[in-house]
Amino acid sequence: MMLLKILFRNAFRNRLRSGLTIMGITVAILAFGLLRTVIDAWYAGVESASVSRLVTRNAISIIFQLPLAYREKIRQIEGVKHVSYGNWFGGVYIEEKNFFPNFCVEPKTYMTIYPEFVIAPGEMKAFLADRKGCVAGRKLAARFGWRIGDTITLKGTIYPGNWEFVLRGIYRGRDQTIDESQFFFHWDYLNETLKQASPQRADHVGFYIISVTRPDLSPEVALAIDSTFKNSLAETLTETEKAFNLGFIAMSGAIVTAIQMVSFVVILIIMAVVANTMAMTTRERIGDYAIMKTMGFGGGAIAMIIFGESLVIALTGSLAGMALTYPAAAAFGHSLSNYFPIFLVSRETLWLDLLAALLIAFCAAIIPTRHAIRVGIADGLRRIG
Amino acid sequence: MAVPLSYSMRNLWKRRLTTVLTVSGMALVVFVFAAVLMMAEGLQKTLVDTGSYDNVVVVRKGSSSEVMSGIARLQASIVEMLPQMAIGPGGRRLVAKEVVILIALQKRGERKSSSHSNVVVRGVQESSLLLRPQVKLVSGRLFRPGSSEVIVGNSIAKGFKGVDLQGTLNWGMRRWTVVGVFDAGNTGFSSEIWGDADQVMQAFRRPVYSSILFRLRDPDAFEAAKKAVETDPRLTLEAKRETRYYLDQSEVMAKFLRILGMSLTVIFSIGAVIGAMITMYSAVANRIGEIGTMRALGFRRLSILAAFLAESLLLGFIGGIAGLFFASFMQLITVSTVNFQTFSELAFRFTLSGPIALQAMAFSLVMGLVGGLLPALRAARMKIVEALRAA
Repeated sequence: MMLLKILFRNAFRNRLRSGLTIMGITVAILAFGLLRTVIDAWYAGVESASVSRLVTRNAISIIFQLPLAYREKIRQIEGVKHVSYGNWFGGVYIEEKNFFPNFCVEPKTYMTIYPEFVIAPGEMKAFLADRKGCVAGRKLAARFGWRIGDTITLKGTIYPGNWEFVLRGIYRGRDQTIDESQFFFHWDYLNETLKQASPQRADHVGFYIISVTRPDLSPEVALAIDSTFKNSLAETLTETEKAFNLGFIAMSGAIVTAIQMVSFVVILIIMAVVANTMAMTTRERIGDYAIMKTMGFGGGAIAMIIFGESLVIALTGSLAGMALTYPAAAAFGHSLSNYFPIFLVSRETLWLDLLAALLIAFCAAIIPTRHAIRVGIADGLRRIG
Repeated sequence: MAVPLSYSMRNLWKRRLTTVLTVSGMALVVFVFAAVLMMAEGLQKTLVDTGSYDNVVVVRKGSSSEVMSGIARLQASIVEMLPQMAIGPGGRRLVAKEVVILIALQKRGERKSSSHSNVVVRGVQESSLLLRPQVKLVSGRLFRPGSSEVIVGNSIAKGFKGVDLQGTLNWGMRRWTVVGVFDAGNTGFSSEIWGDADQVMQAFRRPVYSSILFRLRDPDAFEAAKKAVETDPRLTLEAKRETRYYLDQSEVMAKFLRILGMSLTVIFSIGAVIGAMITMYSAVANRIGEIGTMRALGFRRLSILAAFLAESLLLGFIGGIAGLFFASFMQLITVSTVNFQTFSELAFRFTLSGPIALQAMAFSLVMGLVGGLLPALRAARMKIVEALRAA
């Protein structure tokens, strides 16, 4: 108890300096937490992906399509429960900066395979009944102020022309980790239009989504699908949805790595600042340490006092930083909701914050402690101020 | 009279540990600031160098990249007849009808099956090389027209598996042999694989071209060519200058990097400014007696202010130099990532330009100034008697 009191007294002896240092740590921990959350947001699509769903696409690359005829062949494979399919539509709403993911899918099976998209039964019925109907996520509808019954026009980039849709339903996510900014419409609408405009592109799908009867069957089913279409004109590549999403992130891996590195740099920066504070503190207090040594305290006691003080400063700052991470993440996530639909502070981030604070405290105290322990009693007493 | 600069310098030297720690904090901030700007600059430079001003790219209306575009053979032959086209050696028109597709290739050194990246395969014609003088063969030979042979860009040869000289790739139930490696300098073509256009179209069952590239007879004829392409009712195409086309492709990524970099450095600099402030406050507190003496000797308040400001500016200056020094080594690093807009692999290098160096130095000096201002004011406002008594 006595030790704790001394530590706090020492830490706040120079209020201005300690205050500034704590503020610096708060900012650094806040930045660190936000950067970790950005990385988490990047991986959000992977976290929410299921291992019991498989994605089949053309083995050459995702821009190539698969014949619709594969559907029945996939359905025959043992372990397959439902098969749905769709295309990435890549339509633009008014302007390119209004980007949101839009797909055309086979609606009945798709919504069965994705129970996490919750949609009112009445709206679902209306959507299924209308070939020009579409469904948008809650956040997406709120972003553009869409209401049910509105007509929405997308400009096709892959499929030329203006495409009109009627909003028939708004889906909600089952929980917070579900992306509520997607847009779905009937694959048939696209296909029927293509049949007239460019018949050679019709009857092809971009991807198949497959749900399996038991999650542990996924690897065998994936292998069975790929071997069915081996040596055909359109060979397939089947992966779990998780691996599929991870593949997209691996492509922008350089940027994720850069953000990760930068998040460590901020810890280094603040380490230098705290080490500076501790160096000054001990320099001012060399006389005190000399007196303690004269009274018989050993190097261990002095080390404990310096490390403790560093810890008090670092922990105070990081607790404030952690507390601020939540409102900051909320504000940040709101303004970046177009890029990162899911922006939540994870528990792991908080543990990393704490770990960073401990690391800062210890590293910052090493040099000053060594200095304080090494200085001779007579030298320490002789020095003033 | 001003306090000599050597006073400030000596002070920094006297408290080396503190100086080093403060400077290294600032240097790290400058490093991050410069590195992110260098990344955005490198990306943009690579894509801008990719295009040349005299060339025109024709793609389908509404397509932002060649991969999304499709031009039927009939439409292509209409475009081919434009009168604004330059004539090359042998009296042939300088025009190339190309097909661009993406294939998934596995990156070198990563064993996980998911670490694929999308690489551009460009089916080209003989004139494609004339239109792009940046592309030079460095080893092997050119592919023979009409055969399943390809040449690869040097960034691809370095970064991906199975694309070395004499390596084979399997697409479209055919085996393709790599017969040459080309260097396209710092351009996007270094991240591409080139083969014969007709063979690529056959293999991938893609009966349409992706883009048409041609050289203008006269650089000012662009508007006329654009009008001819875009008003022809038989065509649903648009024409862009090649430079403009590639600049558009880098916009989203470069903007993303710049915003990220700016917001990061602003947050980080708060930490470094606080570090400088702590250092300067303690510098002032330790030297109350000296300040009193100097004032008694006749130095004015303004001179004291200037002396302490000089000291913190010096901190910022050293920090900036150190940060830039380390950032300049980043130029040796080549980053390879997917461009969000084209969805294909692009390798580029960190590029340090004059304006970036100036911006970074200015930023560092501002950090020093902001950090030193309050402490210097405190030093300048001290009363002579009190200061002397405190010592």
